Amino acid sequence: MTPKKLILTDDAFATLTKQANVFLSSEEAASIKNQLSEALNAVSVLKELPTDKVGKLSSASGLNNVLRDDVVQPSLTQEEALSNASVTHDGYFVVNSVFESQDN
Amino acid sequence: MKYNQLSIIDARELLKKNEVTSLDLTKDCLEAISTLEPKLNAFVSVFKAEAEAAAKIADKNLKSGIWTFETHPLAGIPIALKDNFATAGMKTTASSKVLDTFYPPYDSTVVRKLKEAGAIIIGKTNMDAWAHGSSTETSDYGSTKNPYDVGRLAGGSSGGSAAAVASHEVIAAIGSETAGSIRQPASWCGVVGMKPTYGRVSRYGVVAMGSSLDSPGPMTKTVADSALLLSVIAGVDTKDATTSPTPVPNYLQELKGSSISGLRIGIPKEYFLKDAQPGINELIIKASKDLESKGAKLIEISLLDPKYSIADYTIIQRAEVSSNLARYTGVRYGGGRELLGPEAKRRIMLGTYALSSGYYDAYYKKGEAVRQLLKEDFSRVFETVDIILAPTAPTTSLPIGASEDSAMFGELADVLVEASSLAGLTGINIPVGFVGALPVGMQLIGRHFAESTVLSAAHAYEQSVNWKDNH
Repeated sequence: MTPKKLILTDDAFATLTKQANVFLSSEEAASIKNQLSEALNAVSVLKELPTDKVGKLSSASGLNNVLRDDVVQPSLTQEEALSNASVTHDGYFVVNSVFESQDN
Repeated sequence: MKYNQLSIIDARELLKKNEVTSLDLTKDCLEAISTLEPKLNAFVSVFKAEAEAAAKIADKNLKSGIWTFETHPLAGIPIALKDNFATAGMKTTASSKVLDTFYPPYDSTVVRKLKEAGAIIIGKTNMDAWAHGSSTETSDYGSTKNPYDVGRLAGGSSGGSAAAVASHEVIAAIGSETAGSIRQPASWCGVVGMKPTYGRVSRYGVVAMGSSLDSPGPMTKTVADSALLLSVIAGVDTKDATTSPTPVPNYLQELKGSSISGLRIGIPKEYFLKDAQPGINELIIKASKDLESKGAKLIEISLLDPKYSIADYTIIQRAEVSSNLARYTGVRYGGGRELLGPEAKRRIMLGTYALSSGYYDAYYKKGEAVRQLLKEDFSRVFETVDIILAPTAPTTSLPIGASEDSAMFGELADVLVEASSLAGLTGINIPVGFVGALPVGMQLIGRHFAESTVLSAAHAYEQSVNWKDNH
């Protein structure tokens, strides 16, 4: 039996582009869409491995809930923290507005 | 002799005897860089003035006795860093134009430790952009070329560090591995590449790729140099909660007088791929026999087919890339997301898909479960063997351009190193010979925090065989 090939639809790809917050030229979009389908088909080989009875590994270090005392540590000055920002205002980062203006 | 050709250990001996200065070492490295860079493109930034100034300070402190090699084990030694390690006030791009304007206000923990040990930071090496790749061809600053054949790739993502060490542009370098990015370029360039256990070396200040996998490590001319460098950069760090409190041994000291007599070496039959480039498996078998003749015991073992680790790594790593780069805005540093290159966009999109509602269980959750299977597979094998021996890569260096047509190029080049990375194990690449004019590497994989065992076996091989004679 030939496994069914997974192919991303145009709609699914458009949604994914938006979720991923990336900018694609039409040429890039066409090639990445094919490559994503190719990669998704390639990873489907994992279905061959039964995993019902195994746990999940999210960290190889075996450490969990590593905490430190809640004490203020030396840190960057405000000036240092802002030193790489392209736009600042009165000692703050300037970000794009999140909400659209009411005129729209 | 040009001093850039020295190993760290030999350079230290000459410095101790006052037969060379740090400035001599630094100047010879800078000269080699200036001669070779037009051909190799191993560097993104070279810090000539800063390195010479630091070398003069090292010489002064060594002369006055303020520094000794006990207090400053890397005093005056020029070292190159992969460009994903934050260096205070020095450009750090991770070979992406997105970060072309980024001058970090702080040092990564690895860089802080190197500086505290007296090392001279001579420059930053080329890599795949954001470490996304196994060729350096995704670098926004052009590919690094292999010193053994400039028509071929250095491998990646730490290709610049591998080529810089192989060509003696530097005495040693630091790379980082998520799955293969130290060992595979080390294999293709014929150098030693040490991938520590996940959590052995701090990730603080390293541009994140796959956060549950990223492991900084040494890339050097000799195993002893890797041992020395690892002792300097390893250790628990309050700024990286995944670093282990397991004490850091003096790895170099442990090499001295170590023996591999009775060492049980597992040979996984699944890692000797039928379609590997002819000559590679044969050289690795020969190297295993060399270790056997030194007293090691070879034991045939079976591991999960490495094809599963390719698929598993693809899911886990793309998901983590997507999560890490989702937070990148260009507001606090660097340029906008429109500058991201095609490989970064491909990876972000696949990861976003694997993590999205409706697909999470089928991809990411399945990926985590398979990762557990891989870890258990190694744990089972490590009940009967001390280390695992296999080829590092199924081919020697491929021609420039080889990565461009395949979305899975890196996974195929790294097929033999991904499972051990997913399991968080330590491993090393050491050169064992040539197929044609190109180097071949052998990997030795050890248990968590068994760096000493891995280094000892690699050192025993290196001491008994002149790999450059193996054709």
